[in-house]
Amino acid sequence: MERSRILSLAHLWTAFLCFLPAVGLGFWQMLMRSPLPAPVDDPNTYYASVTAHGSIMAYVFPTFFAMGFGYAIAVSALGRPLQGEKWAWVGYALSLIGTVMALVPVAAGRASVLYTFYPPLLGSSWYYLGLALVIIGSYFWIALMLVNFRAWKRENPGKPVPLAMFAITACALLWGWTALGAVSEVLFQILPVTFGWRHTIDAGLARTLFSVTLHAIVYFWLIPAYIAYYTLMPQAAGGRLYSDTMGRITFILFLVFSIPVGLHHLFMDPEHGAGFKFVQSVLTFMVALPTLLTVFTITASLEIAGRVRGGKGLFGWIRALPWHEPMVLGVGLSLLLLGPGGFGGLINMSYAMNAMIHNTSWVTAHFHLIFGGAVVIVYFAIAYELWPRLTGRPLVSKRLADIQLWLWFWGILITTVPWHIAGLMGQPRRYAIFDYSDPVVAKTAFLVILSVIGGCIVVISVLLFFYVLVRSSFAPVAESMPPIRYALSVNPPATVPALLNGFGLWNVILLALVLIAYGYPIGQFFFLHNQDAPAYSLTRGITK
Amino acid sequence: MADQLNNEGAAGLIPEPVIVKTERRWFLAMAAMLGVMLAVIVLTGIGQMLHPLSDVETIDPATLHLQGEFVESNLGSALEPDGSITVRIIAEQYMFVPHCAVVPASTPVRFRLTSADVTHGFFVQSTNTNAMVVPGYVTNVRTSFESPGTYQMPCDEFCGFGHHAMAARVVVVPKDQFKNLRPDERMNCGTQ
Repeated sequence: MERSRILSLAHLWTAFLCFLPAVGLGFWQMLMRSPLPAPVDDPNTYYASVTAHGSIMAYVFPTFFAMGFGYAIAVSALGRPLQGEKWAWVGYALSLIGTVMALVPVAAGRASVLYTFYPPLLGSSWYYLGLALVIIGSYFWIALMLVNFRAWKRENPGKPVPLAMFAITACALLWGWTALGAVSEVLFQILPVTFGWRHTIDAGLARTLFSVTLHAIVYFWLIPAYIAYYTLMPQAAGGRLYSDTMGRITFILFLVFSIPVGLHHLFMDPEHGAGFKFVQSVLTFMVALPTLLTVFTITASLEIAGRVRGGKGLFGWIRALPWHEPMVLGVGLSLLLLGPGGFGGLINMSYAMNAMIHNTSWVTAHFHLIFGGAVVIVYFAIAYELWPRLTGRPLVSKRLADIQLWLWFWGILITTVPWHIAGLMGQPRRYAIFDYSDPVVAKTAFLVILSVIGGCIVVISVLLFFYVLVRSSFAPVAESMPPIRYALSVNPPATVPALLNGFGLWNVILLALVLIAYGYPIGQFFFLHNQDAPAYSLTRGITK
Repeated sequence: MADQLNNEGAAGLIPEPVIVKTERRWFLAMAAMLGVMLAVIVLTGIGQMLHPLSDVETIDPATLHLQGEFVESNLGSALEPDGSITVRIIAEQYMFVPHCAVVPASTPVRFRLTSADVTHGFFVQSTNTNAMVVPGYVTNVRTSFESPGTYQMPCDEFCGFGHHAMAARVVVVPKDQFKNLRPDERMNCGTQ
């Protein structure tokens, strides 16, 4: 047990220690693009910074977090030692080396291609190799989740796999499938060019392969948070999960529907026809379903806890809930942020409305609200829940933890709401400098400053988070620390149908859907002519 | 404490058939809601001709200056025989050529863009004319402008260190005024 705790802690500390500087960079970027003065007033540094911020927040931080959380779940939910622990350390080492390999050229200004790295603009090979290595490291984790999932099933024939393990395995599978898009773009298109073996690249194909990863990665970030919704929050609230079955269906829906929807990021692209854009737009509606189901199941679970605690009447149960528990507060605030975040998402995926906000600040604001807001706030709550169990030391102060979560909630709202509005007013995203002397741009100045104030609150919240974590890590060891407990459902099932206890068939359905949704959009590139573009080096111009 | 470990107070609080029934209802309600939203999108898409880009056309970025519709003399606004306007623009680090396009108000306008180097974005502010310009492909956008005025046209996809300086303008003039413009004035806003 002890060694697997170190494994989880190493992953989680790595995740948060990468997160910390990335938050700092994000705040500096906000200052840079605002009318306020910023230190190091240099656009080149801005684009390097956006690349580092995005690469850490999109790839490094959530990957290490999911891996660390996954190992903790495998041990605590399955109640057996982690099988293949040394391979977990190999994966960890690869991802860590990859992180350094990717970030050094970014810091040197040789890979300022932003985390979406759209060709034919290309940076240093090391950046792409590093990112690929981060992902390859995570494949060790995926394999270990599957190995431990299967081992438990063998030892417990006919029993339902604990929901937390079922969900993290869905998350691992989803990541395994979806990362193949970006990985093949890097291995088959980008690296052959940056190594100098080829001189041209099909930018349309590259964007399409990237889109395979670009949307489902969001659910890879989200599922760990949903695991806390379903299995940790009801327990912390003193209640039970409304329905185990709905939880399983939700995670299966995420697995099956989150990949064949990536083309909605390419509605405004010239390399695809309207037909498949429409098909994937419809499929994107399907992926909204598991979130809508979750809202019901989790609200019902909260109500059950509130009623068990003596809450009466239509809304009395809300007041009866233990909001001082960081897990309950974190999930509650996350649910609130999912509202406006999900609403924004529905606009993005509706292609007529997408034209209005495509590549404006609206989009950046949207994913900061959903990921920064609804997801990361639960990562904090998970950390507060796990830390005492992993370190054997109690949390120094739940009160400070609660204040931190509230600061994050308001900080994210104050940052992202004005940012959305600026986007609606036509502010393009990814600009190092805005000319606020231009009367059109000047109209957004107030909103941008408001956003910076939100950013200040976010930074304070993150510092407080680290304060609580570090102080707790040095607190005296508690005499006895109860293990992590996952919520049972109101009526725990003795058995569940095989379809809800494994992923065999769902993998097949997923692949069939991907083939239908992406077969033609990817296949067409092999029949087009003339579209290969000369590669363009970020620092040296055209490469010959 | 013992009964608190699994929150026994909540065990069996609601009979399973009730849970199944309420969840089924919620599922159907949500599916219906998404169905309605989808119907709205499909119907407005068809009814108001709101479609995403659809024509997949390729073009060799290495030779587009030398031959074909994107040679320099053919860029800018052109009046088609049917009275519609075609505007051809090349995006390159860090400018649009031409840097300004004149179009008449209340007239069908077709923008045809391509890139000479990296991926750029084409966005006419305060309209829903918004598209990617990907080298190797021709971006074909149909629109029309109802109100005359000057519209900013910033590049809205990161294209390199000078990205934030890349912008052009679209000048929409009343229909009658457009007729009287000389070809060079149409092409790059001339005296505007």
